[in-house]
Amino acid sequence: MLHDKDRIFTNIYGIHDLSLKGAQSRGDWDKTKDIIAKGRDWIVEEVKASGLRGRGGAGFGTGMKWSFMPKEDKRPSYLVINADEGEPGTCKDREILRSEPHKLVEGALLASVGIGAHVCYVYVRGEFYREAQALQRAIDEAYEAGLIGKDACKSGYAFDMYVHLGAGAYICGEESALIESLEGKKGQPRLKPPFPANCGLYGCPTTVNNVESIAVVPEILRRGGAWFAGIGREKNTGVKLFCISGHVENPCTVEEEMGIPLKELLEKHCGGVRGGWNNLKAVIPGGSSVPMMTRAQCDVALMDYDGLREHGSGLGTAAVIVMDQSTDLVRAITRLSAFYKHESCGQCTPCREGTGWMWRMMERISAGEAHVDEIDMLENVSRRIEGHTICALGDASAWPIQGLIRHFRDEMEAKILAKAGTHADAAE
Amino acid sequence: MSADTQDTFAFSAENLQQAKVILAKYPSDRAASATMPLLTLAQRQNDNWLPRAAMDVVAEMVGLPPMRVYEVATFYTMYNLKPVGKNFVQVCTNISCLIKGSDDVFKVCKKKLGIGNGETTPDGQFTLLEVECLGACVNAPMMQINDDFYEDLSAETTEKVLDALARGETPTPGSQAGKRVGCQPAGGLTTLTGGK
Repeated sequence: MLHDKDRIFTNIYGIHDLSLKGAQSRGDWDKTKDIIAKGRDWIVEEVKASGLRGRGGAGFGTGMKWSFMPKEDKRPSYLVINADEGEPGTCKDREILRSEPHKLVEGALLASVGIGAHVCYVYVRGEFYREAQALQRAIDEAYEAGLIGKDACKSGYAFDMYVHLGAGAYICGEESALIESLEGKKGQPRLKPPFPANCGLYGCPTTVNNVESIAVVPEILRRGGAWFAGIGREKNTGVKLFCISGHVENPCTVEEEMGIPLKELLEKHCGGVRGGWNNLKAVIPGGSSVPMMTRAQCDVALMDYDGLREHGSGLGTAAVIVMDQSTDLVRAITRLSAFYKHESCGQCTPCREGTGWMWRMMERISAGEAHVDEIDMLENVSRRIEGHTICALGDASAWPIQGLIRHFRDEMEAKILAKAGTHADAAE
Repeated sequence: MSADTQDTFAFSAENLQQAKVILAKYPSDRAASATMPLLTLAQRQNDNWLPRAAMDVVAEMVGLPPMRVYEVATFYTMYNLKPVGKNFVQVCTNISCLIKGSDDVFKVCKKKLGIGNGETTPDGQFTLLEVECLGACVNAPMMQINDDFYEDLSAETTEKVLDALARGETPTPGSQAGKRVGCQPAGGLTTLTGGK
């Protein structure tokens, strides 16, 4: 069980003083200069030792990613923070931006030292206007206090940090689309390689990290990588913000230990499933792009990268969407299909055309107007999109449908048969 | 692009200053990066919509052919290419909101305002739009009105918010259920109970 003393985000609910002074009273910006003095290699090694994996969904080792940044290069290096939070179900970065912005600013400075960057852009989704204002206030305070700027924390390290607002495109959460957007273009993902560490923003070495990955860095460096690595399970270490929405008594965002059993997470913090555990139908454990799990799987699932992979799903952004027996799962997934169709950037044909096909087929099934064979056809279409596109949006559009077919095919068939039944009645 | 009803656009003196601050964020040979923030600035000055004349002004400022700026303005959904109401009501109907009753919220909006999805009231006070996930899922269902989020909505509280706006008031943003301020469990804190 995680104790408050091991929680990093001690003001995640924004109920305490949000100013620099308040943040400092909770331990932010403590001995930052000393950490900078330990140098680039020490920072990267310590983050590697912590086992921190990217909190934006892909789960790649953060320290490892930093180590890919070139050390001797004439081009400037950039840190880009991905605050384009838009994965349905996910609302954790919003809380960091508005309630714990100093953790992000300090983390940005330390991460930049770790990768040799002197400039950081934070790409905040345009809808988070208030959150961007909160972050800008924290940045202004940090400049004012000399914590960042020409001589950050009097360390001799120059560091500038800028907020850049997006304008409503989910695809810009994909790192190379985000870079394109930051360069003033349509947010369409780039082919990789080259990877951003070699050729990112303005063709320069760039690291793109999620808000939460950066915001936990100062505490990891202060307490040591071993502290973070001692929480959770092997290869799935540390603490994590979970956002639990849907049919629980008390939906909330909460910081917990990685690997916490799903059932414990829901019962300890959310008052349990509405109507009791037996009223649970399905859970999407990591944001809309990961497949759903059945109640039987939820009975035993552990909330981390490997724990959820064992059940054919994933931790994603740790956005837990809980659906009870009253949920029309076919309609819920149809809504997600409409989302992916809307957000496809249009660059790759399988995704541009396929997301539309899948959505129309889901609409037909949802309305009971399809043939039972069309379920197999839909599965087939989803396999032709998955793995055949530049970025992962194609995969993300396919997986929720595959999860539905895998676990709840009977509900899809029931809709079709019910409608077919009424037709037969009418014919008689 | 849709037909414009506005032929000219110029940044205000104050926003020209702001534009300089925006341009200074990026390397001097990378002014194109300022395209989106400048379009946003223009839209905010222009009653929350972006006429082509404003895109042309931005193109000039960042040194891009106008077509490059039109591409950007039409790719991103937050740029409104035609006028919108004074209160821009955007209701999230994505999965977390859907399963918590966004149907009711959207229905109340349509009925109360007497308009459908994407429409504006004849008096220009309200525009209603169904949108994708706005990232406040633990406070579902929710809607964004201009810059603010109204969360933990019910049919009744949705109606209250719209009524207040119609009276010219600005209702307090955040949770409308009266049980919490932010994203904490409404039943009481389960963590961080020590204070500070």
